[in-house]
Amino acid sequence: MIRFDGVTKRFEDGTVAVDDLSFEAPAGKITVLVGPSGCGKTTSLRMINRMIEPSEGSILIDGTDTGSLAPAELRRGIGYVIQHAGLFPHRTVLSNVMTVPSLLKWDKKRARDRALEVLELVGLGGDYAKRYPGQLSGGQQQRVGVARALAGDPSVMLMDEPFSAIDPVVREGLQDEFLKLQEALGTTIVMVTHDIDEAIKLGDRIAVLRQGGRLAQFSSPDDLLAHPADDFVASFVGRDRGYRALSFKTAEVPIHHEAPVRLGDRLGPGEEWRLVVDDAGAPLGWVHADEVTGPLSATDLQLGGTLATLGGSLRGYLDAALSSPSGRGVVVEGAELAGTVRPDEVLHVIQAAPRATGETILSPEEPA
Amino acid sequence: MISLVGEWLTDPANWSGARGIWAQLVTHLQLSFLALFLAALIAVPLGLYIGHTGRGRVVVVNLAGGFRAVPSLGVLFIAVLLLLPRLSGEAAFVVPSVIVLVVLAIPPVLSGVYAGVQQVDPAARDAARGMGMTGGQVLTQVEIPCALPLIFSGLRSAMLQIIATATIAAVVGLGGLGRFLIDGQATRDYAEMAGGALLVAGLALTVDFVFGLAQRLVVSPGLARAE
Repeated sequence: MIRFDGVTKRFEDGTVAVDDLSFEAPAGKITVLVGPSGCGKTTSLRMINRMIEPSEGSILIDGTDTGSLAPAELRRGIGYVIQHAGLFPHRTVLSNVMTVPSLLKWDKKRARDRALEVLELVGLGGDYAKRYPGQLSGGQQQRVGVARALAGDPSVMLMDEPFSAIDPVVREGLQDEFLKLQEALGTTIVMVTHDIDEAIKLGDRIAVLRQGGRLAQFSSPDDLLAHPADDFVASFVGRDRGYRALSFKTAEVPIHHEAPVRLGDRLGPGEEWRLVVDDAGAPLGWVHADEVTGPLSATDLQLGGTLATLGGSLRGYLDAALSSPSGRGVVVEGAELAGTVRPDEVLHVIQAAPRATGETILSPEEPA
Repeated sequence: MISLVGEWLTDPANWSGARGIWAQLVTHLQLSFLALFLAALIAVPLGLYIGHTGRGRVVVVNLAGGFRAVPSLGVLFIAVLLLLPRLSGEAAFVVPSVIVLVVLAIPPVLSGVYAGVQQVDPAARDAARGMGMTGGQVLTQVEIPCALPLIFSGLRSAMLQIIATATIAAVVGLGGLGRFLIDGQATRDYAEMAGGALLVAGLALTVDFVFGLAQRLVVSPGLARAE
C-alpha cells in the first residue's frame, strides 16, 4: 500500500506542480494517475521513489515513510519502468535485467537465474538474453524494461507512460499481457498515463488530476465513468463513456447456436451468411453464399468482426454484434466457437441491466 | 626526387645508430604518449565532471575553442624563454615541448569526453538512477561505457595532432622525427626532409590504427551497432 499524505511539490521558481495530494494506492492493485499535461502526474509518481523530493507532506510505503530511507536504497526496492524503456545500450538484455539484483549484491548465479526467469515471464525467453537493446523493436525493449523492473522482486512498481511510445496494435497486446502478469504477481503498481482509455483498461483505482496538481477524483474506473465528480472529470473522461462503461458490466446474453462450415465445404443455395471455423473449432471468418462459387477457400473469408468472450463484458458482446458482417456477433469460449449473439438482444439486456444509481452529473456538452 | 626519398628510406645506415630512424621513432613516440597521458590526466576527469553534472559547459566550449587558436610554435618559444632559467639540462627543452603538446591535446580530449557523457540517452540515465544507482555508479556503469566511442575519437584526434606537432621539439634541439625535417633543411637534403615527413605520417596512421583496434576491444558491440 502506498499512501500520499498531504503531498505538495513547489519548485524553486514558485510553481506548484502537486498541491496537497492525499490518496491511498491499495496493495496488489494497479492505481493509475491520469490527467492533462501539466497536472503533476509524473511529478507525483517520481516523488514516490524520491527522484523528486516532496516539499510538504509524506509518502508511506507499507507504513514506512519514504523520507526515512536513503534514496538509492529506497529505489532498489521499487520497480521502475519509463516511457522509452531507458535500457542501457552497451549491455546485453540479460545484463540489463540483472541490474537491480547486481546492485542488491545477489550472487551472480542467483541474479542470472532470476533475470532469465523474468525474461521468460515477459515473453522474451531463449536467445533474446544475449542480444543488445539496439537489436530489439520498441515493444520488445519495453518488455525488457518491465523485466528489468521485476528482477529485484519488488513489492511496488512505478510505471511512467510505459506503453505510450509503442504502436497501437502492439500496445494493446502488451497491456493485456501486463494485466495477466500483474494478476499473477500481485505487485502494487502506480502508473502514469495521459490516455484515459488506458487508465480505464488497466486501473483498479484511478486518480484524475487537474492542472495545478490537484486531485479531481479518486475512484474505481466504473465509478469514474458513471459518476464523474465534476465538469472537468466528465469532459476529461470523454464522450464515449456510456459505451465504455459497458466494459464493466456483465449479464446473461442469449447465445444462439451457430452451425459452422469448414474450408473446402460447398455452400447450398439460399444460405446467406455462414461462419467458417478451422479444424479446432476456432472461428476464421464469414462467407456469403452469393459471393462464393465452388469449395470454400481462405480468400473467400470476410474478416473484421471482433470476438466476444463467453461471460465477458457487455461491451464485448455489443462490439462483436455490431462489427460482424452478418449481424451475428461471434462468441468464443477459449478459442472455440460458443455461438452468436444478436445486436437487438444485447441492447435489450443492456436496457434491462441495473443503472448507475448515484446522482447524475451532466457535462457541458450534454445539456439536460 | 621520389627515388631519392626511396633511397633515403631504404638505406639501412639511416635506420641504425643513436640518431637513426629507429631511435628517433622511439623518442617521438615517448614524447607523444607522455603528452597524451598528461592531457588525458587533466581533460578526462574534467570532461567527466562537466558531462555528469552539466556544470561549467560554457567554460569548456570557450576554453576548447580558445586553446585551438593557440600557435604551437609561439607557445614553445615562450615556454622555453620562461623555463630556461629555472630548469637545467635537457629538461629545459623537454618540459616546454611537452607543455605545447598537452595544450594542443586538451581540447579534443575534453570535448570528446564531455560530449560523450552528455549524449548518453537521458532515459537510460533516468532509469539508472531510478533503479537505485548512486551518482558514481551511474557514471562508471552507464555514462562512461556509453561515452567510450566519443572518448576514443577525442583521444585519437588528439594523438594525431600530437604526433604531427611533436616534430617541433626538434626546433629547440630535441630528438624525434622532427630532426630529419630540421636537419634536412639545414643541409638542403630534401630527400631526408621528405622521408622524415613520410615517417611522421606513417607513424600517425599506425598509432591511429592501433587505437582503433583497442577501441573495438573496449567499446561494447551494443554501441557499435547503434551507429
